[in-house]
Amino acid sequence: MIGSLNPLTGLHHMLALDFIRHGLIAGTAIAAAAGLIGYFLVLRSQVFTADALSHVAFTGALCALTLGLDPRVGLFASTIAVGVLLGALGPRGRADDVVIGSTFAWILGLGVLALSIFTTEHSASNGNAGLSILFGSIFGLDASGARTAVVIAVVVIAFALVIARPLLFASVDEAVAAARGIPVRALGYVFLALVGATAAETTQAVGALLLLGLLAGPAGTALRITSRPYGAMALASAIAVGAVWAGIALSYAVPKLPPSFSILAVITAVYLATVAIGQAGRRGRPVRHV
Amino acid sequence: MRMLAATDPQLGWNVVRDVSQLFEFPFMVNAFRAGTIVAVTAAIVGWFMVLRRQTFAGHTLALVGFPGAAGATFVGLSANVGFFGFCGAAALVIAMLPQSGQRSFSEESAVIGTVQAFALASGFLFVSLYSGNLNGVNALLFGSFLGITNAQVLAIAVVGLATLLTIALIARPLLFASVDPDVAAARGLPVRVLGATFLVLLGIAAAATSQITGSLLVFALLVLPAATAQHLTTRPFVGVVVSVGLALTVTWLGLAFAYYTTYPIGFYVTSIAFALYAGANVAPRLLTRRSRMGTTS
Repeated sequence: MIGSLNPLTGLHHMLALDFIRHGLIAGTAIAAAAGLIGYFLVLRSQVFTADALSHVAFTGALCALTLGLDPRVGLFASTIAVGVLLGALGPRGRADDVVIGSTFAWILGLGVLALSIFTTEHSASNGNAGLSILFGSIFGLDASGARTAVVIAVVVIAFALVIARPLLFASVDEAVAAARGIPVRALGYVFLALVGATAAETTQAVGALLLLGLLAGPAGTALRITSRPYGAMALASAIAVGAVWAGIALSYAVPKLPPSFSILAVITAVYLATVAIGQAGRRGRPVRHV
Repeated sequence: MRMLAATDPQLGWNVVRDVSQLFEFPFMVNAFRAGTIVAVTAAIVGWFMVLRRQTFAGHTLALVGFPGAAGATFVGLSANVGFFGFCGAAALVIAMLPQSGQRSFSEESAVIGTVQAFALASGFLFVSLYSGNLNGVNALLFGSFLGITNAQVLAIAVVGLATLLTIALIARPLLFASVDPDVAAARGLPVRVLGATFLVLLGIAAAATSQITGSLLVFALLVLPAATAQHLTTRPFVGVVVSVGLALTVTWLGLAFAYYTTYPIGFYVTSIAFALYAGANVAPRLLTRRSRMGTTS
């Protein structure tokens, strides 16, 4: 597999494989959407929403499987519905972490039940369905799956860019935005629906448990590097896409590494490097008193 | 319990027989022993955790236990070593981090999210390197009560006892420091040392709880009984006792249901604990509404 030492030949061999190509195409689109949506999530302090949706995604996908449906149906339906529901709870929904944590632990418990029903019924055919939903299987996407993922990601990105300006305004200063006549509440709902769709997309790439990393990691890094909104958006998407490419290449070179791990490892390394460089730079510069 | 298909336990109307059936197999006896120790430890440490509003620290510590346990299994050690080692170490790290109040919330949550996802991804790496059985992963994530050995029960008992003794020693100052840290510090209590000690205890309790509920479902034993108890009473001693009682109920019922049906214990413990919590939240409201309606009409 990695017989050649020439990197170009290696790249050529890698791209000749169908599952790598599908993974790269779908992964690029998914990562671009995740970086963009993640930027707004971090900006609006709604990272916990993604954490909550990761539990819901697992249960939704497994319930669909148990009912004999395509897991993606359950995935998208559950994450979008719960995303909008969290919006309906409003600021009260953020207040009590015990209530939120408990509810989602219970939802996860329901997912475990669905997993056990599904594996007892289909033990021969699909024993590791639960595992691939939890930790993703980007190499498991076929051509049509990749195409669907790309189409949905493009729609999400397009919607996000259309509402980017008013959403930025509403995120930074809600009261002033509302006074200026921006429909703050409606924007919030549209955004949460987009978060739901992105969470479902990301689950296909890195899995329900790890989607938080792909959403929050690149966005957190980008916000450390630049405070310019559009620059940070582009940077977050670029970091996410770069991490997916590097992760897939790493897993191709070292087949023992699962791609989800490689992608997350790259994201974490980039974040740590940014923090380290930032602190070194701060130390080198003379202290400025503001 | 597919493995016991030949002598499948039958649930009947004879309660005595049903209960005695539960203890027919040594693995169930060990499960009840371990579950009881874990429930008591989790309920008491969890009560202080909810009081101190550190539920997310507990959740994160438990998640860190997953790569620890998976890594330990991969290297050939007992999963126990990984659970306790990693949770304890992570607690020390969190305790030593500077308390930066200025850092914006959004940045902090981005960091926590990335760290959590990376910890879980590392666990997944060890699991796939081990290329072991899938049931092992599910047990680490969602809990299991099968195959607990006598040695493991002994280990959990020693760790649980040490944790509870430490809590008993620092209970009074910890209570004071949790309720009003500023006044406690002014009175000369070592608030930071107390906080760090408690975090380590929390790490140990999270590791112990993970043995029964798995890394992902620790809320069921560590948070829910304590939160329910604090909803029912504000008196500290009574609250701790209620919390222990609820945790034991959740664990014992969960074990019994999981034994008599084919469904996993993770589902039962989360559902029972959540039902008790929801009941404690909703019932008082319904009662007051009814009595109010009674007086007005």
